[in-house]
Amino acid sequence: MKKTVHDTSADPARNNKTGDSVIDAAKPSRRAAIKTLAATTALAAAASTMPLFGRYGQVQSSEPIKIGFQVHRTGIGAAYGRWYDRTTKAAVKKINDEGGINGRPVEIVAEDDGTDPKRGAEVVEKMATQHGCDIAFGTLFSHVVIGSAPRAGELKIPYFVVSEGHHVASGMLNRYTLQPGITDVKSQVQAMAPFVNSTLGKKVTMIYPDFAFGHDHRDYFSAAVEAQGGEVVAKIAIPPTESSFTKYFPKIPRNTDVIYHVMVGPAVLTFVKEMGEFFGNSRPEIFGFIDSLEAVDLASPGLEFLEGTYFWEGNPRYAQANQSDYDKAYRAAVGVDANGASLSDSKDVATYAHMFGCWETLHIVKAGMEASGYAGAGDRAKLIEAVESMTSMPHSFAHPQGAKEFNGKTHQTFGHQYITKVTNGKLMLAHTTSIEDTYYPDEVDYTTQSF
Amino acid sequence: MELGPYLILGLLEGLVTAAVLSLMALGLSLVFGVMRVVNVAHGEFFMVGAVLAWWIASAVGGHPALGFIAALLLAPPLTAGLAMLADQLVLKRIGYDPERTIVATIGLLYVIQQVTLMTYGPDARPVEAPFNHRLSIPFVEWTESGLAMYWPWGLGTTSYKLAVIAAAVILLTAIWLLMTRTRYGLLMRATQLDRETAQAFAIPVGRVYASVFGLGAGLAALGGVLIVPIQQAHYLMGHDPLLLSFIVVIIGGLGSLPGTVVAALLIGVSDGMISVFFSPTLAKIIATLAVAFVLIFRPQGLFGKRAL
Amino acid sequence: MTEIQKSWALHLGVIALLFALQFILPAYHHGSLARVMVLTCYAMGYNILFGYTGLLSLGHALFFAAGMYGLSLSIQHLDWTAGPALLAGLATGFAVALVVGMLLLRTAGVAFMIVTLMFAQAGYLTVLYFGEWTRGDEGFVIQQELRRIAGFDLSDPTSRYFAALLMMAICIIITLRVVQTGFGRVLVAIRENEERTRMLGYDIQRHKLAAILLSGTMSAAAGAAYGLLFGYAGATFASVQYSIFPLLWVLLGGAGTVLGPFIGTLFMFYLIDLSSELTTAYMLIAGLVLVALTLFAPQGLVGELRRRTLRWLP
Repeated sequence: MKKTVHDTSADPARNNKTGDSVIDAAKPSRRAAIKTLAATTALAAAASTMPLFGRYGQVQSSEPIKIGFQVHRTGIGAAYGRWYDRTTKAAVKKINDEGGINGRPVEIVAEDDGTDPKRGAEVVEKMATQHGCDIAFGTLFSHVVIGSAPRAGELKIPYFVVSEGHHVASGMLNRYTLQPGITDVKSQVQAMAPFVNSTLGKKVTMIYPDFAFGHDHRDYFSAAVEAQGGEVVAKIAIPPTESSFTKYFPKIPRNTDVIYHVMVGPAVLTFVKEMGEFFGNSRPEIFGFIDSLEAVDLASPGLEFLEGTYFWEGNPRYAQANQSDYDKAYRAAVGVDANGASLSDSKDVATYAHMFGCWETLHIVKAGMEASGYAGAGDRAKLIEAVESMTSMPHSFAHPQGAKEFNGKTHQTFGHQYITKVTNGKLMLAHTTSIEDTYYPDEVDYTTQSF
Repeated sequence: MELGPYLILGLLEGLVTAAVLSLMALGLSLVFGVMRVVNVAHGEFFMVGAVLAWWIASAVGGHPALGFIAALLLAPPLTAGLAMLADQLVLKRIGYDPERTIVATIGLLYVIQQVTLMTYGPDARPVEAPFNHRLSIPFVEWTESGLAMYWPWGLGTTSYKLAVIAAAVILLTAIWLLMTRTRYGLLMRATQLDRETAQAFAIPVGRVYASVFGLGAGLAALGGVLIVPIQQAHYLMGHDPLLLSFIVVIIGGLGSLPGTVVAALLIGVSDGMISVFFSPTLAKIIATLAVAFVLIFRPQGLFGKRAL
Repeated sequence: MTEIQKSWALHLGVIALLFALQFILPAYHHGSLARVMVLTCYAMGYNILFGYTGLLSLGHALFFAAGMYGLSLSIQHLDWTAGPALLAGLATGFAVALVVGMLLLRTAGVAFMIVTLMFAQAGYLTVLYFGEWTRGDEGFVIQQELRRIAGFDLSDPTSRYFAALLMMAICIIITLRVVQTGFGRVLVAIRENEERTRMLGYDIQRHKLAAILLSGTMSAAAGAAYGLLFGYAGATFASVQYSIFPLLWVLLGGAGTVLGPFIGTLFMFYLIDLSSELTTAYMLIAGLVLVALTLFAPQGLVGELRRRTLRWLP
């Protein structure tokens, strides 16, 4: 991957040419011209991305499809980035082993976004204008997605994100940004309310980070709980720069039936451990988002008190009794064992609840490119229309997390959510929500925007 | 929770923060005071201490106490060695120029972070505490039958947290003795007071600098080792403690050991207590502004005698 | 040619060169250069205070963010158009610089550094605290159709490049004028020896405040322009990291030189960009280069050039 990027840029002639064609494409008149060409022959369309050596016919159609992969290699998202990277590699290997997309091999051009919105936008620019990528794809942290999406829209490169943020369906972004592979946080959160209320208790105390991601949890969950007849008795926002948490726990009211916690960042394990130390052996019911312990070994010292508590998981980390063949095959392909850790290092725990989104998104890209007969950058709009027209995605090897319903208007997918209970130190499935539990009214219709 | 028990809890938490912070800030203060340079990579030495503690503890295995003691003995000297190497290779060659040192130590920060990321990885990893018992703390209340003791919900700490506080007290005393009662301390203080005169009196200023830089890094690493059973080792963990240490050093007054300790207590404990009364993020804003205003109206720090 | 003429020729030449470059640059570098020019304005603002006046701020992200949020919040919540919003960004930066500057005058040396750091940190936390309006760390998009001034669509690459170049040209000219006038000479005198300057009868406080105002407003202009040209505002830009960046750029390029900030910003951008293509360990390369620069080009790239050959460089 690294190598490929290097090769491309090491050849200045090739570089320049690719760059030139894209700057031309960005100017309306030229773009119109290119569109006309594209309409005339598929050959011309392909040539508009790869004008360099004037390749023809067969040779051209075997040019790889380039997918720019924005990845958190450094910064606070690095633990997620590593597993997004592994999942992406595995998905591309599978797709290529099965003959690629439209008979063309897929090539990943990966570059670090530093978990930073400025660098993220630069990386998307680079993929569109320098590497000549067909699409951009990536990343988890919302601020990187929101910082990058305007550039993707301006450069008219399809940007498939795997971020679980509500920013896509909220209408903030643009027609070129889609999230077809992972359910968003609004859906996740509201789907948890019925279970929390009916099984764990009516009076909920929420603990969440004091920034946008936490505020989404606060707002959507409070609303959903009240709709269920429950009550949020306290909302405890933790400042993002915090590294010790005990001092916040006394704010939990005594009449709390259940604690709802979600935390992100490197201090998550401290947070959960200190919560255990605070309660000693008299804890209320506890329900958490696995984000609080994503990529953290459940056998870490100090986590014993979690026995009997519940977690939301996007995709269950531990192989379940009813494990599907698809999940089995997906685990094997990515290199994850039955406990959700790397096959080569049992201490190296995957971000299993989120990373499936990369796998599924790449399969959706493949399906979209094949449905639209995608041949080159000139067909980008057709690709987006093809994805927008998708609806049901059945549970399959391409969708190992479960069936999904995609909403082409809001560019957002909806899927089953899982609630697991810590049983003998493992997360065992307690409840699976229906897809309908995740629905909310549309907030935007991207299909009305022009390309 | 009632106010009384809550304040005690806030105080205990604040003391743990203050303990680690005072070690780290003392390291920064020494470097700052003696060498007159701002070491932006100081937080990275804290991180290296924690990460080395994880390596050492995992390599030793057996009872958690064995690994932890090994880490406590090995990680700080190793970090000090690394810092002295950096001093010899870089800082010495740029003549400890204040501005160039900032850029050079920013470069050093990148290098240390990236090397840690490449070898240790992006995960936050825990080191098991040598001992860790939860201690409930009783509180008194006024009842009809007079004063009575009860055990408030959630009021407690752990034996390890208390040990961290004790360890910091012992270490700080040791440093104070080193500074005031030994020949090495004398050399250090002489260099701090007046570099040229010290040189004229045949004090090997270069070697003093290298050792002070090492000692400062070692203290930061020690803080890292002590904190790692409570928090986890992570390659970005040096950032926030660095900011806090800066504040402590300045509030405490440059190169003043008692001032540094008092400032660390002030910052650490107020950090624990202020969240009792305000919404947490607002509390951080207030605390931050308070530090700024202390410096605006008392630029020499609360305890410093000399203007900065 | 006198030195003043030489320096005008050089700087106008650089601007003309950058103008000409846009016709031949490939798309990616064209876009990157626009970004670098906007950030250069930030670095130039920083340079006024640090390079010429000798005041080391560790909190300039406060001004950058003031400009960015002054612009973006008035577009987002007050439905202002881009033109007035840009002025709102500048005004916010100026107001923040005025308040902070008055307080900063009471401090010196290391206390100055820490107070700026603290104010910036408080600013960062304030952005998070008012998350309902700012969307905190996540930030928000400034929609493409709102990013127009006088009929120019600033999301279009050509207008974006022009806008960035225009702004940088204005900053260069302001800095040059400052350096050539008595005001700038007093600033340099303060940097070199504050006591002596005071004894010569100059009002140190007034000059320092003016420098802070100029520096803060220029940084705010860069922040506002960044939001306007690239369509995003987020708390990251108010974080400590973004206070360190201009210091780094200025020191790399050469503190107290007019072109240093541009060269430093450009150098750092391509250092990260190129090394991140070669290896995932680009931070390692960037770190080593920084260390090497302090060892071998202690006055920064332009500073070194001035020391060795072009002694007349402003």
